Amino acid sequence: MLILDGNTERSMKEQAEGGYPREVCGLLLGRFEDRRQVRQVSEAHAAGNLNQDRSGDRYDMDPTDYLRIENAGRARGLEVVGVYHSHPDHPSRPSETDRQRAEEIWQAAESWSYLILEVASGRLVSLRSWVLREGAFREEEVRILPISH
Amino acid sequence: MSVKVRIPTPLRPLAGGRDQVQVAGATVRAVLENLEKECPGIRSRLCDERGELRRFVNLFLNDEDVRHLGGLDFPVQEGDVLSIVPAIAGGAQRCAAGPPCR
Repeated sequence: MLILDGNTERSMKEQAEGGYPREVCGLLLGRFEDRRQVRQVSEAHAAGNLNQDRSGDRYDMDPTDYLRIENAGRARGLEVVGVYHSHPDHPSRPSETDRQRAEEIWQAAESWSYLILEVASGRLVSLRSWVLREGAFREEEVRILPISH
Repeated sequence: MSVKVRIPTPLRPLAGGRDQVQVAGATVRAVLENLEKECPGIRSRLCDERGELRRFVNLFLNDEDVRHLGGLDFPVQEGDVLSIVPAIAGGAQRCAAGPPCR
């Protein structure tokens, strides 16, 4: 299960809509709970998409952004608990590219959430999250907590 | 020479849950070999059968990409920080009929 608050959801929505029609990507910082079966997200941090040729349907996360975000989280006791990216004018389910590349990272990345935001005509229309299990993506529950003020 | 190796979240189970490990070695390659002794199974996640860095793995020595420094035989200095960074990629793969886009 993935738990995030309304502020984090709004931040990703703004990134995904602002980046349309390009794919945006980023990292979810937070904490693992319940033997790593639950990912409690505190923050969503945008990273650069290095894929200039096909930024409409591909992303290659800038590794220097990964390093920067991970280190910033480490300093505050937060871990990378997942990855997010947008699918402009495409459903929020993982593509074969998503599956292959997630599996190629390391099978051990099974503890991560893979959150996908579907943006249609510049507006967020769906947000779904997936986990990698034995080489295949399975959808997981997303719980969004009320916005804190 | 002793360097600090930072372990990314997905590989921490191989490091007993640790987020960083202190490892000795004179080069990046030697550090990875000694890291394997500390964290059995981790080297095969980072290097292929020929002992070279896997395509989807990045190593940063302090703030420099090890590939840009010339590769695994680059010497390390006391107190350096070696960070393991996964190359994260994907995408909607929106394409017309025909063979799958790669």
